[in-house]
Amino acid sequence: MRDRRAIESTAGRELSDTSHDTPHGSGPSLWPIAFAIGVACLLLGLVISWILVVVGAVVAVVFGVLWARGVTRDVRAEVPHVEPETRAVADEPSAATVAPAAELAPAYTRSRFLEASTIGLGAAIGAVVTLPVLGFTVLPSFTNVEESEADLGPLENFPKGTYVIASFLANPAAGEVSRRTTFVRNNGMTDAGEPSFTILYSRCVHLGCPVQPNGPIDEEAIKKVKGVELRPVLAQSFGCPCHGGLYDSEGNRRAGPPVRSMDRYTYSIKNGNLVLGELYAVGNVSGTGASAQIARYPWSVPGTHVDGVEAWLYPIVPSQVTN
Amino acid sequence: MAAKSKRQQMVDMAVLAPLDWVDERTGAVRGTKWFLFRNVPRDVSWMQTLGSAALTAFIVQALTGGILAMYYEPSAAINPQTGKPVAYSTIETITDELTLGWLVRGMHRWGASVFIILLFLHMGRVFLFGAYKYPRELTWITGVLILATGMLMGFTGYLLPWDQTAYWASAVGINLNGTAPFAGPWLAQFLAGGPEIGTETLPKFYAMHMLLIPGLLIPLIGIHIYLVTRLGVTSPPWSSEAAGRERPPTQPTGARAGLVRGSGGD
Repeated sequence: MRDRRAIESTAGRELSDTSHDTPHGSGPSLWPIAFAIGVACLLLGLVISWILVVVGAVVAVVFGVLWARGVTRDVRAEVPHVEPETRAVADEPSAATVAPAAELAPAYTRSRFLEASTIGLGAAIGAVVTLPVLGFTVLPSFTNVEESEADLGPLENFPKGTYVIASFLANPAAGEVSRRTTFVRNNGMTDAGEPSFTILYSRCVHLGCPVQPNGPIDEEAIKKVKGVELRPVLAQSFGCPCHGGLYDSEGNRRAGPPVRSMDRYTYSIKNGNLVLGELYAVGNVSGTGASAQIARYPWSVPGTHVDGVEAWLYPIVPSQVTN
Repeated sequence: MAAKSKRQQMVDMAVLAPLDWVDERTGAVRGTKWFLFRNVPRDVSWMQTLGSAALTAFIVQALTGGILAMYYEPSAAINPQTGKPVAYSTIETITDELTLGWLVRGMHRWGASVFIILLFLHMGRVFLFGAYKYPRELTWITGVLILATGMLMGFTGYLLPWDQTAYWASAVGINLNGTAPFAGPWLAQFLAGGPEIGTETLPKFYAMHMLLIPGLLIPLIGIHIYLVTRLGVTSPPWSSEAAGRERPPTQPTGARAGLVRGSGGD
Protein backbone atom coordinates (compact mmCIF):
# COMPACT_ATOMS: atom_id res chain seq x y z
CA MET A 1 0.00 0.00 0.00
CA ARG A 2 2.83 2.36 0.85
CA ASP A 3 4.25 1.54 -2.50
CA ARG A 4 1.15 2.52 -4.37
CA ARG A 5 0.80 5.74 -2.46
CA ALA A 6 4.35 6.57 -3.37
CA ILE A 7 3.52 6.27 -7.03
CA GLU A 8 0.23 8.06 -6.75
CA SER A 9 1.71 10.96 -4.90
CA THR A 10 4.47 11.25 -7.44
CA ALA A 11 2.05 10.99 -10.28
CA GLY A 12 -0.28 13.56 -8.75
CA ARG A 13 2.54 15.99 -8.35
CA GLU A 14 3.55 15.58 -11.91
CA LEU A 15 0.01 16.21 -13.05
CA SER A 16 -0.13 19.46 -11.16
CA ASP A 17 3.39 20.44 -12.05
CA THR A 18 3.11 20.62 -15.80
CA SER A 19 5.78 23.29 -16.13
CA HIS A 20 8.30 20.67 -15.14
CA ASP A 21 10.06 18.82 -17.93
CA THR A 22 10.63 15.71 -15.82
CA PRO A 23 10.45 12.75 -18.21
CA HIS A 24 8.89 10.31 -15.78
CA GLY A 25 8.07 9.68 -12.18
CA SER A 26 9.91 7.35 -9.88
CA GLY A 27 8.92 3.72 -10.20
CA PRO A 28 8.15 1.25 -7.46
CA SER A 29 10.98 0.71 -5.08
CA LEU A 30 12.12 -1.89 -2.60
CA TRP A 31 12.94 0.67 0.09
CA PRO A 32 9.46 0.53 1.71
CA ILE A 33 9.88 -3.21 2.16
CA ALA A 34 13.28 -2.77 3.75
CA PHE A 35 11.84 0.02 5.91
CA ALA A 36 9.04 -2.31 7.03
CA ILE A 37 11.57 -5.01 7.85
CA GLY A 38 13.48 -2.49 9.93
CA VAL A 39 10.34 -1.55 11.85
CA ALA A 40 9.44 -5.21 12.35
CA CYS A 41 12.98 -5.85 13.54
CA LEU A 42 12.70 -2.96 15.98
CA LEU A 43 9.41 -4.23 17.38
CA LEU A 44 10.77 -7.74 17.67
CA GLY A 45 13.81 -6.33 19.44
CA LEU A 46 11.56 -4.79 22.13
CA VAL A 47 10.70 -8.35 23.12
CA ILE A 48 13.99 -10.13 22.47
CA SER A 49 17.02 -7.88 22.77
CA TRP A 50 18.00 -4.24 22.78
CA ILE A 51 20.62 -4.89 20.14
CA LEU A 52 17.91 -5.88 17.74
CA VAL A 53 16.08 -2.65 18.52
CA VAL A 54 19.14 -0.66 17.55
CA VAL A 55 19.67 -2.69 14.38
CA GLY A 56 16.01 -2.36 13.48
CA ALA A 57 16.04 1.35 14.14
CA VAL A 58 19.13 1.86 12.01
CA VAL A 59 17.63 -0.20 9.18
CA ALA A 60 14.31 1.63 9.42
CA VAL A 61 15.97 5.07 9.46
CA VAL A 62 18.37 4.29 6.60
CA PHE A 63 15.75 2.83 4.33
CA GLY A 64 13.13 5.35 5.44
CA VAL A 65 15.48 8.10 4.30
CA LEU A 66 16.20 6.27 1.05
CA TRP A 67 12.49 5.82 0.49
CA ALA A 68 11.83 9.48 1.15
CA ARG A 69 14.64 10.46 -1.18
CA GLY A 70 13.23 8.23 -3.88
CA VAL A 71 9.74 9.63 -3.54
CA THR A 72 10.86 13.23 -3.53
CA ARG A 73 13.53 12.85 -6.18
CA ASP A 74 11.47 14.51 -8.87
CA VAL A 75 10.86 17.55 -6.75
CA ARG A 76 14.47 17.91 -5.65
CA ALA A 77 16.28 16.78 -8.71
CA GLU A 78 17.70 19.11 -11.28
CA VAL A 79 15.94 19.00 -14.58
CA PRO A 80 18.03 16.56 -16.61
CA HIS A 81 19.77 18.16 -19.52
CA VAL A 82 17.82 16.83 -22.46
CA GLU A 83 16.97 18.39 -25.75
CA PRO A 84 13.46 17.22 -26.44
CA GLU A 85 13.46 18.71 -29.95
CA THR A 86 16.03 16.20 -31.14
CA ARG A 87 14.03 13.17 -30.11
CA ALA A 88 12.59 12.16 -33.40
CA VAL A 89 11.27 8.76 -32.46
CA ALA A 90 7.69 8.61 -33.56
CA ASP A 91 6.23 6.64 -30.71
CA GLU A 92 8.11 8.59 -28.10
CA PRO A 93 6.94 12.18 -28.46
CA SER A 94 9.06 14.99 -27.11
CA ALA A 95 8.41 16.14 -23.60
CA ALA A 96 7.11 19.50 -24.72
CA THR A 97 4.17 17.99 -26.58
CA VAL A 98 3.67 14.94 -24.46
CA ALA A 99 0.20 14.16 -23.23
CA PRO A 100 -0.20 13.95 -19.46
CA ALA A 101 -1.20 10.29 -19.72
CA ALA A 102 2.11 9.35 -21.32
CA GLU A 103 3.92 11.32 -18.68
CA LEU A 104 2.16 9.33 -16.00
CA ALA A 105 3.62 5.99 -17.08
CA PRO A 106 6.50 5.10 -14.79
CA ALA A 107 9.62 3.73 -16.46
CA TYR A 108 9.56 0.64 -14.35
CA THR A 109 5.97 -0.34 -13.87
CA ARG A 110 4.56 -2.56 -11.19
CA SER A 111 3.67 -5.21 -13.73
CA ARG A 112 7.19 -5.25 -15.12
CA PHE A 113 8.56 -5.52 -11.61
CA LEU A 114 6.23 -8.42 -10.87
CA GLU A 115 7.08 -10.05 -14.17
CA ALA A 116 10.79 -9.77 -13.58
CA SER A 117 10.56 -10.97 -10.00
CA THR A 118 8.34 -13.92 -10.98
CA ILE A 119 10.76 -14.99 -13.68
CA GLY A 120 13.73 -14.36 -11.42
CA LEU A 121 12.22 -16.32 -8.56
CA GLY A 122 11.25 -19.12 -10.93
CA ALA A 123 14.78 -19.24 -12.27
CA ALA A 124 16.20 -19.31 -8.75
CA ILE A 125 13.89 -22.15 -7.73
CA GLY A 126 14.71 -23.95 -10.95
CA ALA A 127 18.42 -23.60 -10.30
CA VAL A 128 18.07 -24.83 -6.73
CA VAL A 129 16.33 -27.95 -8.02
CA THR A 130 18.38 -28.48 -11.16
CA LEU A 131 21.93 -27.98 -9.96
CA PRO A 132 21.98 -30.82 -7.39
CA VAL A 133 20.27 -33.11 -9.89
CA LEU A 134 22.81 -32.25 -12.57
CA GLY A 135 25.58 -32.75 -10.06
CA PHE A 136 24.24 -36.16 -9.13
CA THR A 137 23.91 -37.02 -12.80
CA VAL A 138 27.50 -36.27 -13.60
CA LEU A 139 29.70 -36.38 -10.52
CA PRO A 140 29.42 -40.01 -9.31
CA SER A 141 31.11 -41.14 -12.53
CA PHE A 142 34.17 -39.16 -11.48
CA THR A 143 34.18 -39.48 -7.71
CA ASN A 144 33.32 -43.13 -7.05
CA VAL A 145 36.12 -44.72 -9.04
CA GLU A 146 38.05 -46.45 -6.26
CA GLU A 147 39.29 -49.90 -7.10
CA SER A 148 41.09 -52.13 -4.67
CA GLU A 149 44.70 -53.13 -5.31
CA ALA A 150 44.96 -56.44 -7.09
CA ASP A 151 47.29 -59.01 -5.57
CA LEU A 152 48.55 -61.29 -8.34
CA GLY A 153 50.22 -63.73 -5.95
CA PRO A 154 53.81 -64.88 -5.34
CA LEU A 155 56.59 -63.77 -7.68
CA GLU A 156 57.56 -67.41 -8.35
CA ASN A 157 54.45 -67.77 -10.50
CA PHE A 158 55.97 -65.41 -13.05
CA PRO A 159 58.81 -67.14 -14.90
CA LYS A 160 61.50 -64.84 -16.17
CA GLY A 161 61.24 -63.59 -19.73
CA THR A 162 57.80 -64.95 -20.67
CA TYR A 163 54.44 -63.32 -20.53
CA VAL A 164 51.73 -64.58 -18.19
CA ILE A 165 48.11 -63.67 -18.81
CA ALA A 166 46.83 -62.67 -15.39
CA SER A 167 43.14 -61.99 -15.00
CA PHE A 168 41.50 -60.88 -11.80
CA LEU A 169 38.42 -59.09 -10.49
CA ALA A 170 39.18 -55.43 -9.86
CA ASN A 171 36.11 -55.20 -7.68
CA PRO A 172 35.02 -58.64 -6.43
CA ALA A 173 31.71 -57.23 -5.16
CA ALA A 174 30.83 -56.09 -8.69
CA GLY A 175 31.56 -59.53 -10.13
CA GLU A 176 32.68 -60.57 -13.59
CA VAL A 177 32.04 -57.18 -15.12
CA SER A 178 35.07 -55.90 -13.24
CA ARG A 179 37.37 -58.60 -14.63
CA ARG A 180 40.66 -57.15 -15.86
CA THR A 181 43.27 -58.92 -17.87
CA THR A 182 46.96 -58.04 -17.81
CA PHE A 183 50.03 -59.44 -19.53
CA VAL A 184 52.77 -59.76 -16.93
CA ARG A 185 56.39 -60.40 -17.77
CA ASN A 186 59.11 -60.88 -15.20
CA ASN A 187 62.12 -58.94 -16.47
CA GLY A 188 64.48 -60.21 -13.81
CA MET A 189 66.50 -57.66 -11.89
CA THR A 190 67.25 -54.11 -12.87
CA ASP A 191 70.81 -52.77 -12.72
CA ALA A 192 69.93 -51.38 -9.31
CA GLY A 193 69.03 -54.87 -8.13
CA GLU A 194 65.26 -54.30 -8.01
CA PRO A 195 62.82 -56.85 -9.43
CA SER A 196 61.41 -55.57 -12.70
CA PHE A 197 58.05 -56.39 -14.31
CA THR A 198 56.35 -55.34 -17.48
CA ILE A 199 52.60 -55.29 -16.84
CA LEU A 200 50.54 -54.46 -19.91
CA TYR A 201 46.79 -53.85 -19.69
CA SER A 202 44.82 -55.93 -22.19
CA ARG A 203 42.50 -53.16 -23.36
CA CYS A 204 43.46 -51.93 -26.80
CA VAL A 205 44.36 -48.25 -26.82
CA HIS A 206 42.49 -47.84 -30.06
CA LEU A 207 38.95 -48.27 -28.73
CA GLY A 208 39.18 -50.65 -25.79
CA CYS A 209 38.74 -54.11 -27.28
CA PRO A 210 40.48 -57.07 -25.62
CA VAL A 211 43.99 -57.43 -27.02
CA GLN A 212 45.17 -61.05 -27.41
CA PRO A 213 48.74 -62.37 -27.15
CA ASN A 214 49.92 -63.73 -30.48
CA GLY A 215 51.13 -67.12 -29.30
CA PRO A 216 50.10 -70.41 -27.76
CA ILE A 217 49.01 -70.63 -24.16
CA ASP A 218 50.88 -73.18 -22.06
CA GLU A 219 47.76 -75.09 -20.97
CA GLU A 220 49.66 -77.28 -18.53
CA ALA A 221 51.04 -74.36 -16.59
CA ILE A 222 47.70 -72.62 -15.97
CA LYS A 223 47.30 -71.74 -12.32
CA LYS A 224 44.62 -70.21 -10.17
CA VAL A 225 45.89 -68.35 -7.15
CA LYS A 226 43.26 -66.81 -4.88
CA GLY A 227 40.89 -65.87 -7.68
CA VAL A 228 43.67 -64.78 -10.04
CA GLU A 229 43.98 -66.87 -13.17
CA LEU A 230 47.54 -67.16 -14.51
CA ARG A 231 48.11 -68.52 -18.02
CA PRO A 232 51.70 -68.48 -19.33
CA VAL A 233 51.81 -67.68 -23.02
CA LEU A 234 54.55 -67.78 -25.62
CA ALA A 235 54.04 -64.43 -27.29
CA GLN A 236 56.28 -61.68 -28.56
CA SER A 237 53.46 -59.51 -29.88
CA PHE A 238 49.83 -58.67 -29.19
CA GLY A 239 46.96 -58.21 -31.59
CA CYS A 240 43.50 -56.77 -31.27
CA PRO A 241 40.63 -58.70 -32.93
CA CYS A 242 38.38 -55.69 -33.44
CA HIS A 243 40.26 -53.40 -35.80
CA GLY A 244 43.62 -55.04 -36.30
CA GLY A 245 45.84 -53.12 -33.92
CA LEU A 246 49.22 -54.81 -33.46
CA TYR A 247 51.71 -54.28 -30.63
CA ASP A 248 55.22 -55.57 -30.04
CA SER A 249 56.49 -57.26 -26.90
CA GLU A 250 56.92 -53.92 -25.13
CA GLY A 251 53.41 -52.80 -26.05
CA ASN A 252 54.55 -50.37 -28.74
CA ARG A 253 52.20 -49.99 -31.65
CA ARG A 254 53.47 -51.78 -34.73
CA ALA A 255 50.42 -51.65 -36.99
CA GLY A 256 46.80 -50.62 -37.11
CA PRO A 257 44.86 -47.76 -35.60
CA PRO A 258 46.08 -47.50 -31.95
CA VAL A 259 47.29 -44.03 -31.07
CA ARG A 260 49.79 -44.85 -28.32
CA SER A 261 51.51 -47.80 -26.69
CA MET A 262 49.62 -50.24 -24.50
CA ASP A 263 48.63 -49.03 -21.05
CA ARG A 264 50.65 -50.33 -18.12
CA TYR A 265 50.17 -50.88 -14.42
CA THR A 266 52.50 -49.68 -11.74
CA TYR A 267 53.38 -52.44 -9.29
CA SER A 268 54.88 -53.08 -5.94
CA ILE A 269 56.11 -56.17 -4.16
CA LYS A 270 54.43 -56.83 -0.86
CA ASN A 271 55.31 -59.91 1.21
CA GLY A 272 56.74 -61.56 -1.88
CA ASN A 273 53.57 -60.96 -3.86
CA LEU A 274 53.17 -58.90 -7.00
CA VAL A 275 50.62 -56.18 -6.30
CA LEU A 276 49.21 -53.95 -9.02
CA GLY A 277 49.10 -50.21 -8.50
CA GLU A 278 47.50 -47.67 -10.77
CA LEU A 279 46.99 -47.79 -14.49
CA TYR A 280 48.88 -45.30 -16.63
CA ALA A 281 49.13 -44.43 -20.29
CA VAL A 282 52.32 -44.88 -22.27
CA GLY A 283 53.44 -42.70 -25.13
CA ASN A 284 56.32 -44.85 -26.32
CA VAL A 285 58.72 -47.42 -24.94
CA SER A 286 62.36 -47.48 -26.00
CA GLY A 287 64.56 -50.36 -24.97
CA THR A 288 63.22 -53.58 -23.60
CA GLY A 289 62.48 -55.28 -20.32
CA ALA A 290 64.18 -54.01 -17.22
CA SER A 291 66.08 -51.27 -19.07
CA ALA A 292 63.09 -49.93 -20.99
CA GLN A 293 62.51 -46.17 -21.03
CA ILE A 294 58.79 -45.63 -20.65
CA ALA A 295 57.14 -42.32 -21.55
CA ARG A 296 54.54 -42.29 -18.81
CA TYR A 297 51.37 -40.17 -18.82
CA PRO A 298 48.19 -40.04 -16.72
CA TRP A 299 45.72 -42.68 -17.85
CA SER A 300 43.16 -41.62 -20.40
CA VAL A 301 40.47 -43.43 -22.33
CA PRO A 302 41.57 -45.51 -25.31
CA GLY A 303 41.81 -43.56 -28.53
CA THR A 304 43.16 -40.40 -26.95
CA HIS A 305 46.68 -39.28 -27.73
CA VAL A 306 48.99 -38.68 -24.81
CA ASP A 307 51.95 -37.25 -26.69
CA GLY A 308 52.60 -35.21 -29.79
CA VAL A 309 50.51 -32.41 -31.20
CA GLU A 310 47.31 -34.44 -30.99
CA ALA A 311 47.63 -34.56 -27.20
CA TRP A 312 46.77 -30.85 -27.19
CA LEU A 313 43.22 -31.99 -27.94
CA TYR A 314 43.04 -33.61 -24.51
CA PRO A 315 44.56 -31.04 -22.15
CA ILE A 316 42.83 -32.30 -19.01
CA VAL A 317 41.66 -35.89 -18.68
CA PRO A 318 39.55 -37.21 -15.80
CA SER A 319 42.31 -39.30 -14.24
CA GLN A 320 44.38 -36.16 -13.69
CA VAL A 321 41.58 -34.77 -11.58
CA THR A 322 40.09 -37.77 -9.85
CA ASN A 323 43.15 -39.78 -8.93
CA MET B 1 -32.88 -29.31 -44.87
CA ALA B 2 -35.76 -31.60 -44.35
CA ALA B 3 -36.44 -33.05 -40.94
CA LYS B 4 -33.69 -35.37 -39.91
CA SER B 5 -34.29 -39.06 -40.05
CA LYS B 6 -34.46 -40.89 -36.78
CA ARG B 7 -31.19 -42.58 -37.55
CA GLN B 8 -29.52 -39.25 -38.21
CA GLN B 9 -30.82 -37.95 -34.91
CA MET B 10 -29.39 -40.92 -33.11
CA VAL B 11 -26.03 -40.39 -34.73
CA ASP B 12 -26.14 -36.77 -33.67
CA MET B 13 -26.97 -37.74 -30.13
CA ALA B 14 -24.44 -40.53 -29.80
CA VAL B 15 -21.49 -39.22 -31.77
CA LEU B 16 -21.66 -35.65 -32.91
CA ALA B 17 -23.00 -34.12 -29.72
CA PRO B 18 -20.23 -35.54 -27.52
CA LEU B 19 -17.66 -34.55 -30.12
CA ASP B 20 -19.04 -31.05 -30.20
CA TRP B 21 -18.99 -30.97 -26.43
CA VAL B 22 -15.31 -31.93 -26.40
CA ASP B 23 -14.43 -29.65 -29.28
CA GLU B 24 -16.08 -26.65 -27.68
CA ARG B 25 -13.92 -27.10 -24.61
CA THR B 26 -10.63 -28.26 -26.13
CA GLY B 27 -10.61 -27.61 -29.86
CA ALA B 28 -9.58 -31.24 -30.22
CA VAL B 29 -11.85 -32.03 -33.16
CA ARG B 30 -10.84 -28.94 -35.10
CA GLY B 31 -7.22 -29.74 -34.24
CA THR B 32 -7.55 -33.28 -35.50
CA LYS B 33 -9.16 -32.06 -38.72
CA TRP B 34 -6.40 -29.48 -39.10
CA PHE B 35 -3.87 -32.24 -38.66
CA LEU B 36 -5.44 -34.92 -40.83
CA PHE B 37 -7.44 -33.19 -43.57
CA ARG B 38 -4.73 -31.17 -45.20
CA ASN B 39 -4.36 -30.11 -48.77
CA VAL B 40 -1.40 -31.65 -50.47
CA PRO B 41 -0.02 -31.07 -53.95
CA ARG B 42 -1.65 -33.22 -56.60
CA ASP B 43 1.66 -34.74 -57.63
CA VAL B 44 2.80 -36.20 -54.31
CA SER B 45 4.06 -39.74 -54.55
CA TRP B 46 4.87 -42.72 -52.39
CA MET B 47 8.20 -41.07 -51.68
CA GLN B 48 6.40 -38.66 -49.38
CA THR B 49 5.18 -41.48 -47.14
CA LEU B 50 8.64 -42.28 -45.75
CA GLY B 51 8.20 -39.83 -42.89
CA SER B 52 4.93 -41.45 -41.82
CA ALA B 53 6.62 -44.82 -42.15
CA ALA B 54 9.40 -43.70 -39.83
CA LEU B 55 6.79 -42.42 -37.39
CA THR B 56 5.02 -45.77 -37.51
CA ALA B 57 8.31 -47.55 -36.86
CA PHE B 58 8.88 -45.27 -33.88
CA ILE B 59 5.42 -46.02 -32.49
CA VAL B 60 6.13 -49.74 -32.84
CA GLN B 61 9.41 -49.22 -30.97
CA ALA B 62 7.69 -47.27 -28.20
CA LEU B 63 4.96 -49.88 -27.73
CA THR B 64 7.17 -52.97 -27.90
CA GLY B 65 9.78 -51.27 -25.72
CA GLY B 66 7.20 -50.42 -23.08
CA ILE B 67 6.06 -54.04 -23.02
CA LEU B 68 9.60 -55.45 -22.95
CA ALA B 69 10.31 -53.22 -19.97
CA MET B 70 7.71 -55.20 -18.02
CA TYR B 71 9.94 -58.26 -18.17
CA TYR B 72 13.47 -56.94 -18.60
CA GLU B 73 15.64 -56.12 -15.59
CA PRO B 74 18.77 -54.01 -16.08
CA SER B 75 20.94 -55.66 -13.47
CA ALA B 76 24.51 -56.87 -13.87
CA ALA B 77 24.22 -58.99 -10.73
CA ILE B 78 24.47 -62.74 -11.16
CA ASN B 79 21.20 -64.63 -11.08
CA PRO B 80 21.89 -67.47 -8.61
CA GLN B 81 19.59 -69.86 -10.49
CA THR B 82 21.12 -69.47 -13.93
CA GLY B 83 24.61 -68.35 -12.94
CA LYS B 84 24.29 -65.63 -15.57
CA PRO B 85 23.77 -61.89 -15.18
CA VAL B 86 20.17 -61.00 -14.37
CA ALA B 87 19.82 -58.76 -17.43
CA TYR B 88 20.91 -61.53 -19.79
CA SER B 89 18.70 -64.06 -18.00
CA THR B 90 15.64 -61.87 -18.41
CA ILE B 91 16.42 -61.52 -22.11
CA GLU B 92 16.64 -65.31 -22.33
CA THR B 93 13.32 -65.63 -20.51
CA ILE B 94 11.65 -63.13 -22.82
CA THR B 95 12.99 -64.89 -25.91
CA ASP B 96 12.63 -68.54 -24.94
CA GLU B 97 9.94 -68.86 -22.32
CA LEU B 98 7.38 -66.08 -22.39
CA THR B 99 4.55 -66.55 -24.88
CA LEU B 100 5.21 -64.47 -27.98
CA GLY B 101 8.13 -62.83 -26.19
CA TRP B 102 10.41 -63.77 -29.07
CA LEU B 103 8.11 -61.87 -31.42
CA VAL B 104 7.91 -58.68 -29.39
CA ARG B 105 11.64 -58.67 -28.73
CA GLY B 106 12.29 -59.38 -32.39
CA MET B 107 10.02 -56.53 -33.41
CA HIS B 108 11.91 -54.21 -31.10
CA ARG B 109 15.32 -55.46 -32.14
CA TRP B 110 14.72 -55.38 -35.89
CA GLY B 111 12.37 -52.42 -35.69
CA ALA B 112 15.26 -50.39 -34.34
CA SER B 113 17.16 -50.93 -37.58
CA VAL B 114 14.02 -50.29 -39.61
CA PHE B 115 13.50 -47.00 -37.81
CA ILE B 116 17.03 -45.79 -38.53
CA ILE B 117 16.90 -46.97 -42.15
CA LEU B 118 13.58 -45.18 -42.68
CA LEU B 119 15.00 -42.03 -41.11
CA PHE B 120 17.84 -42.07 -43.61
CA LEU B 121 15.55 -42.80 -46.57
CA HIS B 122 13.22 -40.01 -45.47
CA MET B 123 16.19 -37.68 -45.07
CA GLY B 124 17.46 -38.58 -48.53
CA ARG B 125 14.04 -37.95 -50.03
CA VAL B 126 13.78 -34.54 -48.37
CA PHE B 127 17.27 -33.66 -49.55
CA LEU B 128 16.74 -34.78 -53.15
CA PHE B 129 13.36 -33.02 -53.35
CA GLY B 130 14.91 -29.85 -51.94
CA ALA B 131 12.19 -29.91 -49.30
CA TYR B 132 14.57 -28.55 -46.68
CA LYS B 133 14.50 -25.10 -48.30
CA TYR B 134 12.53 -22.06 -47.19
CA PRO B 135 10.27 -22.15 -45.25
CA ARG B 136 11.08 -25.65 -44.02
CA GLU B 137 14.59 -25.13 -42.63
CA LEU B 138 13.52 -25.76 -39.05
CA THR B 139 11.71 -28.92 -40.07
CA TRP B 140 15.02 -30.16 -41.45
CA ILE B 141 16.91 -29.13 -38.32
CA THR B 142 14.46 -30.85 -35.98
CA GLY B 143 14.68 -33.86 -38.30
CA VAL B 144 18.45 -33.96 -37.90
CA LEU B 145 18.02 -33.79 -34.12
CA ILE B 146 15.55 -36.68 -34.35
CA LEU B 147 18.16 -38.67 -36.28
CA ALA B 148 20.78 -37.92 -33.64
CA THR B 149 18.52 -38.86 -30.73
CA GLY B 150 17.34 -41.92 -32.65
CA MET B 151 20.94 -43.06 -32.97
CA LEU B 152 21.44 -42.39 -29.27
CA MET B 153 18.51 -44.74 -28.69
CA GLY B 154 20.28 -47.35 -30.75
CA PHE B 155 23.55 -46.82 -28.89
CA THR B 156 22.01 -47.09 -25.41
CA GLY B 157 19.74 -49.96 -26.39
CA TYR B 158 22.59 -52.06 -27.74
CA LEU B 159 24.12 -52.64 -24.30
CA LEU B 160 20.92 -53.91 -22.70
CA PRO B 161 21.12 -57.63 -23.68
CA TRP B 162 24.38 -57.60 -21.67
CA ASP B 163 26.06 -60.28 -23.74
CA GLN B 164 29.56 -60.22 -25.21
CA THR B 165 28.48 -58.36 -28.35
CA ALA B 166 26.63 -55.79 -26.30
CA TYR B 167 29.52 -55.34 -23.89
CA TRP B 168 32.32 -54.93 -26.41
CA ALA B 169 30.32 -52.92 -28.91
CA SER B 170 29.37 -50.53 -26.13
CA ALA B 171 32.97 -50.41 -24.93
CA VAL B 172 34.03 -49.39 -28.43
CA GLY B 173 31.16 -46.93 -28.70
CA ILE B 174 31.94 -45.32 -25.37
CA ASN B 175 35.61 -45.02 -26.27
CA LEU B 176 34.70 -43.57 -29.64
CA ASN B 177 32.91 -40.83 -27.76
CA GLY B 178 36.04 -40.56 -25.64
CA THR B 179 38.14 -39.51 -28.62
CA ALA B 180 36.22 -36.27 -29.10
CA PRO B 181 38.53 -33.32 -28.43
CA PHE B 182 38.59 -31.74 -24.97
CA ALA B 183 35.33 -33.11 -23.55
CA GLY B 184 35.64 -36.62 -25.01
CA PRO B 185 37.38 -38.38 -22.11
CA TRP B 186 34.90 -36.80 -19.71
CA LEU B 187 31.96 -37.88 -21.83
CA ALA B 188 33.29 -41.44 -21.98
CA GLN B 189 33.77 -41.64 -18.24
CA PHE B 190 30.30 -40.18 -17.71
CA LEU B 191 28.74 -42.75 -20.04
CA ALA B 192 30.50 -45.72 -18.48
CA GLY B 193 30.01 -44.41 -14.96
CA GLY B 194 33.74 -44.80 -14.36
CA PRO B 195 36.95 -45.55 -16.26
CA GLU B 196 35.49 -48.84 -17.53
CA ILE B 197 32.05 -50.31 -18.07
CA GLY B 198 30.83 -51.54 -14.70
CA THR B 199 27.71 -52.55 -12.84
CA GLU B 200 26.35 -49.01 -12.98
CA THR B 201 26.67 -48.68 -16.73
CA LEU B 202 23.79 -51.02 -17.49
CA PRO B 203 21.04 -49.32 -15.42
CA LYS B 204 22.40 -45.99 -16.58
CA PHE B 205 22.02 -46.90 -20.23
CA TYR B 206 18.63 -48.40 -19.47
CA ALA B 207 17.43 -45.18 -17.85
CA MET B 208 18.70 -43.16 -20.80
CA HIS B 209 17.14 -45.60 -23.27
CA MET B 210 13.80 -45.75 -21.47
CA LEU B 211 13.33 -42.30 -20.01
CA LEU B 212 15.76 -39.53 -20.84
CA ILE B 213 16.24 -39.92 -24.58
CA PRO B 214 12.56 -40.69 -25.34
CA GLY B 215 11.75 -37.60 -23.29
CA LEU B 216 13.85 -35.71 -25.80
CA LEU B 217 12.83 -37.64 -28.89
CA ILE B 218 9.06 -37.54 -28.47
CA PRO B 219 8.82 -33.74 -28.17
CA LEU B 220 11.15 -33.41 -31.14
CA ILE B 221 8.88 -35.66 -33.20
CA GLY B 222 5.91 -33.57 -32.03
CA ILE B 223 7.57 -30.33 -33.16
CA HIS B 224 8.61 -31.94 -36.44
CA ILE B 225 5.07 -33.11 -37.20
CA TYR B 226 3.61 -29.79 -36.17
CA LEU B 227 5.92 -28.02 -38.61
CA VAL B 228 5.07 -30.47 -41.37
CA THR B 229 1.36 -29.88 -40.76
CA ARG B 230 1.76 -26.14 -40.57
CA LEU B 231 3.95 -25.74 -43.63
CA GLY B 232 2.46 -28.47 -45.80
CA VAL B 233 4.05 -30.92 -48.18
CA THR B 234 6.28 -29.80 -51.03
CA SER B 235 5.72 -30.68 -54.64
CA PRO B 236 8.35 -32.93 -56.16
CA PRO B 237 11.05 -31.13 -58.10
CA TRP B 238 9.60 -32.33 -61.39
CA SER B 239 6.24 -30.79 -60.60
CA SER B 240 4.99 -28.70 -63.51
CA GLU B 241 2.54 -26.93 -61.23
CA ALA B 242 5.24 -25.87 -58.83
CA ALA B 243 7.18 -24.60 -61.84
CA GLY B 244 4.34 -22.18 -62.50
CA ARG B 245 2.95 -23.83 -65.62
CA GLU B 246 -0.71 -23.22 -66.33
CA ARG B 247 -3.04 -25.96 -65.36
CA PRO B 248 -5.13 -27.29 -68.26
CA PRO B 249 -8.56 -25.64 -68.27
CA THR B 250 -10.39 -28.94 -67.96
CA GLN B 251 -9.60 -29.13 -64.27
CA PRO B 252 -12.59 -29.76 -62.10
CA THR B 253 -12.78 -27.25 -59.28
CA GLY B 254 -12.05 -29.83 -56.63
CA ALA B 255 -8.58 -30.30 -58.01
CA ARG B 256 -7.52 -26.91 -56.70
CA ALA B 257 -7.70 -28.32 -53.22
CA GLY B 258 -5.86 -31.40 -54.35
CA LEU B 259 -8.85 -33.57 -53.69
CA VAL B 260 -9.35 -34.97 -57.17
CA ARG B 261 -6.70 -37.13 -58.74
CA GLY B 262 -5.96 -38.15 -62.28
CA SER B 263 -7.86 -35.43 -64.08
CA GLY B 264 -5.55 -33.71 -66.50
CA GLY B 265 -2.17 -32.30 -65.75
CA ASP B 266 0.80 -34.41 -66.58
